[in-house]
Amino acid sequence: MDIQELNLLEEKARQIRKNIIAMLKEAGSGHPGGSLSAADILTVLYFKEMNINPESPRAPERDRFVLSKGHAAPVLYAALAERGFFPREDLLSLRKTGAKLQGHPDMNRVPGVEISTGSLGQGLSAANGMALAGKLDKASYRVYAMIGDGECQEGQIWEAAMFAAHYKLDNLVAFLDHNGLQIDGRITHVMSPEPLDEKWRAFGWHVQIIDGHSFPEIINALAQAREVKGKPSMIIANTVKGKGVSFMEDVAGWHGKAPKPEEAEQALAELDQRGVR
Amino acid sequence: MRMEKIATREAYGKALVKLGEKNQDVVVLDADLSKSTKTEEFAKAFPERFINVGIAEQNMMGTAAGLAASGKIPFVSSFAMFATGRAFEQIRNTVAYPELNVKIAASHAGISVGEDGASHQSVEDISIIRSIPNMTVIVPSDAVETEAAVMAAAEIKGPVYIRMGRMAVPTVNGEDYRFQWGKGVVFREGTDVLLVGTGLMVDVCLRAAEGLQQEGISAGVLNIHTIKPIDGETIIRMAKATGAVVTAEEHSIIGGLGSAVAEVLCESYPVPMKRVGINDAFGESGKPMELLSKFGLDPQSVMAAAKDVIRRKKQL
Repeated sequence: MDIQELNLLEEKARQIRKNIIAMLKEAGSGHPGGSLSAADILTVLYFKEMNINPESPRAPERDRFVLSKGHAAPVLYAALAERGFFPREDLLSLRKTGAKLQGHPDMNRVPGVEISTGSLGQGLSAANGMALAGKLDKASYRVYAMIGDGECQEGQIWEAAMFAAHYKLDNLVAFLDHNGLQIDGRITHVMSPEPLDEKWRAFGWHVQIIDGHSFPEIINALAQAREVKGKPSMIIANTVKGKGVSFMEDVAGWHGKAPKPEEAEQALAELDQRGVR
Repeated sequence: MRMEKIATREAYGKALVKLGEKNQDVVVLDADLSKSTKTEEFAKAFPERFINVGIAEQNMMGTAAGLAASGKIPFVSSFAMFATGRAFEQIRNTVAYPELNVKIAASHAGISVGEDGASHQSVEDISIIRSIPNMTVIVPSDAVETEAAVMAAAEIKGPVYIRMGRMAVPTVNGEDYRFQWGKGVVFREGTDVLLVGTGLMVDVCLRAAEGLQQEGISAGVLNIHTIKPIDGETIIRMAKATGAVVTAEEHSIIGGLGSAVAEVLCESYPVPMKRVGINDAFGESGKPMELLSKFGLDPQSVMAAAKDVIRRKKQL
C-alpha cells in the first residue's frame, strides 16, 4: 500500500479526532467515545473510498454515507468539514442554538449529510432505500452505512438486514463499529448481540471482520466488498471506544460526556504527540 | 348524487396505477398486505416498482425515506394501525423531521374494519399523525376524493398521510369534483347548526342533515378532508352562520377532527360544540354497519348531537 497515502490518511484521522475533541469541549456535551472509535473508518470513506464532491453535495451519481449511529455526529461533521463540505470554523457551533450542526445529524441543515439520524436502528433502512433507488435507476453509485454494535439490539436493524439481502443490495456496504460498549456498560453485559458475524451471515450478508483502526484492513475490506455480487456487505470493525485518547479508551463513561477544558487539552496534546496506532 | 358504494382503498389501488403510468418516479411499498390495501393493482402493473418489505413496517418507513432522499416518490401502505402505530417513530424521525417526500397511504382505518376487531381498528391514527410537524393529513370521504387526493399528493413535496377504509362507502362527490389542498368542501349551507364530517362520516352528516331538515332544522354540511392544515376560514365562516357545531369522525374524539375543529373554534369563535366519534374506547369485532351503529356513528347520533348543541346555543 502506498506509504504516502497512508501518511495522508493518518494526518486526516488525527485532524478529525482533534476536531472531535475541540467541538465537544466547546459544546460542553456530546458523544466522544463512539465518534473516536469510528474516526479511522470515516477517514478512509471520505478521503479514499467515496466518489463525492463537496462543490456538488447533491450530485445524483455521488456515493452516499449514512451514519445510522447518529450520536457519533461529531465524527461525521469533522470528516465533512475536513473534506470541504463546510468551513472548519462551523464545527465550533455544534449543539448551539440556531446552529446547523445539531446534536444529531440533520440532512436539511448540513451539506453532505444524506439522511437525518439519531434515533438508533433507523439509518440502515434509509441506506437500503438509497441502494434500492440506485438499483432501480441502474445508477453506479454505492451506499455506505455505519451502525453501532449496541444498535444491533434494535429490532429494526434485523428487518433492514433481511431486506438488504432479499433485494440483493450489493451496492450497499455497512460498517459495524464494534467497540463493545454502550451507555450502561459492555454490550455483552447489557444485552448481548453476539455472535454478530454469525448473525449477519445468517441474514444473508457477506461478512468480513477487520481491525477498524487499521487503514490497510479497512481499505482491503472495501475493495473486497466491491467484488461481492448479489449480497450486501457487512464489515464488522473491531474498534476501541474513545480510540486515541488514553483516558477515554474502552471506558463506557465516555459514551456521552464532553471533556472538561483541562481534559480536552490533554486529549489534544496526546493526539498531537503520538500516533493513534 | 349518491351512486354506487366503493371502498376508498379500492379507489386508491386504481389511482396508484394511473399515477404509475404518469410518473416513473412513483414506487409503492407494502408490508404483506397488498391484497387488502389494494396496492396489488400497482404490483401487477409495475412489478419492478413495487417493493414488498414483508411484515416489517418500521423498516418500510425508513426504506421509503431513503428512496425519497434519492428522488423517488414512495407511496407506503399498510393498515392505519400498523403504519402509524408500529412505525410512529420512524415516521416522526426519518420521514417527517427531514421533510421527505413520502406518502403514507393507510387503509383499514376505524372500526368499520369489522370482524377483525380492536387490534386492527385504528381509532387513534389521526391524533398521532396530526401531532407530527411537517405532516399533511388527508381523510377522503369517498372513492372520487381518494383518487383526487392520491394524484394531488404526488404533486406536492413533503410527507402526506392519507387515511382510508376497508368498507365500501357511498360516493358523495360528483364527477366534476376538484380536490383542493386544505380547503373544506361545502355540501350544504345552514342556519341552525353546522355538521363537520370527515371520511365516511361525511355521508352520515349528509343523511343527518336531510333528517334534520324534515324536522325543520337547517344544517350546514362541511367535509374537512384535510385535517392538517385545517381550513379554519371556512369552519369559522360556517360557525358564524349557524352558531352551533357538531363534528363527526370514525376516530377517537381525542385528537382527531373534533379536536382540530375545537382548536379552531375555541381560539377564534367559540360556539356550543359536540364531537361525535369513538368515546375514548377500543373497537370490537362485528359487522361494520352494526359496529358503526353501536358506537354511535350513524345519522341518528349526529342528529341528536345537533339538537343538543342547538339547545345549548339557545340557552346562551
